[in-house]
Amino acid sequence: MSLLIKGGLVVDPSTHLEDPLDLLVEKGKIAALEPPGSIPEEGRRVIDAAGLVVAPGLIDMHVHLREPGEEYKETICTGTRAAVQGGFTAVACMPNTKPVNDTTAVTRLILDQAKAAGNARVYPVGAVSMGSKGEALSEYGDLKAAGVVALSDDGRPVSNSMLMRRALEYAKTFDLPIISHCEDLQLSADGVMHEGQVSLQLGLKGVPGAAEEVMVYRDLTLAALTGARLHIAHVSTAGSVAIIRLAKAMGLAVTAETAPHYFSLTDAAVLGYNTHAKVNPPLRTEMDVKSIKEALRDGTLDAIACDHAPHSSLEKELEFNAAAFGLIGLETSLGLTLKLVHEGTLNLMQAIERLSTGPARILGVAGGTLEVGVPADITLIDLNREWTVDANTFASKSRNCPFDGWTLKGKAVMTIVGGKVVWEEEGRG
Amino acid sequence: MEFRRKDLLGVADLEPEEIQVILDTAASFKEISTRPIKKVPTLRGKMMVTMFYEPSTRTRTSFEIAAKRLSADTQSLTVSASSAVKGETLLDTAHNLEAMAPDVLVIRHYASGAPHFLAQRLRCGVINAGDGLHEHPTQALLDLLTVWLEKRKNDKEPVRETLTGLKVAIVGDIAHSRVARSDIQAFTKMGSQVTVAGPATMLPPYLETLGARVTTSLVEAVRDADVIMMLRLQLERMGQMFMSTLREYSQFFGLAPRHLKLAKDDVIIMHPGPLNRGVEISPEVADGPHSLILEQVANGVAVRMAVLYFLIEEKKG
Repeated sequence: MSLLIKGGLVVDPSTHLEDPLDLLVEKGKIAALEPPGSIPEEGRRVIDAAGLVVAPGLIDMHVHLREPGEEYKETICTGTRAAVQGGFTAVACMPNTKPVNDTTAVTRLILDQAKAAGNARVYPVGAVSMGSKGEALSEYGDLKAAGVVALSDDGRPVSNSMLMRRALEYAKTFDLPIISHCEDLQLSADGVMHEGQVSLQLGLKGVPGAAEEVMVYRDLTLAALTGARLHIAHVSTAGSVAIIRLAKAMGLAVTAETAPHYFSLTDAAVLGYNTHAKVNPPLRTEMDVKSIKEALRDGTLDAIACDHAPHSSLEKELEFNAAAFGLIGLETSLGLTLKLVHEGTLNLMQAIERLSTGPARILGVAGGTLEVGVPADITLIDLNREWTVDANTFASKSRNCPFDGWTLKGKAVMTIVGGKVVWEEEGRG
Repeated sequence: MEFRRKDLLGVADLEPEEIQVILDTAASFKEISTRPIKKVPTLRGKMMVTMFYEPSTRTRTSFEIAAKRLSADTQSLTVSASSAVKGETLLDTAHNLEAMAPDVLVIRHYASGAPHFLAQRLRCGVINAGDGLHEHPTQALLDLLTVWLEKRKNDKEPVRETLTGLKVAIVGDIAHSRVARSDIQAFTKMGSQVTVAGPATMLPPYLETLGARVTTSLVEAVRDADVIMMLRLQLERMGQMFMSTLREYSQFFGLAPRHLKLAKDDVIIMHPGPLNRGVEISPEVADGPHSLILEQVANGVAVRMAVLYFLIEEKKG
């Protein structure tokens, strides 16, 4: 059935379009964008988008779906359900599953499960090294043929600089980007939160910003050496921002992302030994938050990705040192990003760029645009809706959310993937 | 001002008035230990359980003696023989103990915040007997008691009046010391000027935000000091790149008789124990006339009696 999305404000960063337009979806594709009222309604499902933003489907390029191996935390079905409820039409899932996604069998399983779930699109990220052990390169060519869109040893950073060099070169052979989790494991050893005033006060071992920055610098110099596509994951410090900004100014083709928690929270969130605020890289300081926001504004940071990392109470209802790193974000990412719009840090176009067009460009996947002829991945957003985060209502299986109870302004109300409404807020339709 | 808390978790959240109340009570309890029959019936029928996830000799013994002087029953959970080795979580172990109706749980744990984690989830009182690198509040209270009783001009002088303006040097591995974190805050709260000293590898950033002056010179720290607190050098730090050799450490950060000449004439020397004689403190200083190291141990029993009294007995009222 064709859909007519009527009366909304169409915002498309790929064409710098921000106009009131009606949008027609036919056969799963965007068929027309016309001035309001000019497309006939007959025989179509008409979606009243008055007062709503019509955006290209949001893409989260960094999530953990836990399947295969840790289905008690999340499955591809529940994780992608959380994605569409949060307004995301596609996610890229990291390979640190059990087993690791370093072979086409795992890649295919992920794609099959995603297809069966029928929620968001899933783009698997393959492992840089076999088993993410940092020893031998995995089969990039085969992985790409099976559907992998990028490579990463996220969560188990590549320590060996020679391996990183070879990985960048080998990935270049198959035109795949490497997504680097930048962490010097010696500098971060035993650390459980940011090294600063709060870690001193709580007597918790700290991870200095330098543990991230030295590896950002290493990987940038290796990207310059190899000419490969490098993407820096979850940037958390002002120092990393400064180095990446410099590299971009020098013409290096590097991209970078940050997560909503790095511009919404500081290390003070750990006070009281709150394990939901235990995340890697750790929450940093006000100064870092300020730099991250500025970098999102000026484009030093290309994407916002939430690093959705589900854990159950088995991993979180523990003394702080023993708790796992990670928090879930798919259902709060848009609301937290729109806070930046309401406070004036980003304009709406920039926010949607970072959540959709940017990630599509970095991964080289479809989406991030509303041009006529492309698959109809669309998110309808109510910018002014105030709502209270209640983790108990999440579609995710896990509840490790440090934003529980927060009031946010702005929310997805409908998510369309390939022309099909995969989620809409209750009471619509 | 009274002391009405369910738990004693750290010095950070104590008000100076609460510290005064505890130390007043501790000072009056000290006398019990000098009686021929060293026991009063105050906590008869009450139960203290200790859970020690780290080795300890004096703290655990001190708590047990304190409880017994007040006629409370005590039971200790020996961790190697407990469920921890069978994979039971800390919270499950604590819930199981609580089901046996103790009045207070005394916990030492290698994870900072473990007592806070339990206190939020248990109905019975929780006393922090040392958590990771974080706090050791009863040690700080006994250190305050020791300095107060030694330096006060008369029986009526409040703690804050005695301690205000005193120069306190804390020397050694500040980064890994929960005693240092608790003592810096305790002495600062009561008006003393705290200087911490050690090699820069053992001085975490932002120490000054706790109210301490920071120096890498032992000599500078002890100059004009009223109190010198030497910390135990944890020998396992060797080989972790925090220092070069023990020889060099003791040369630059070990307290020797020559340093005492730089301090006030009536300087007192303290150490939370156990001592590494010849490393952070020379035997002459440890056993010398300025040393109150054994007095600290005696005061530890009195302070813990006071804390048990407030957490168990006063709660009924």
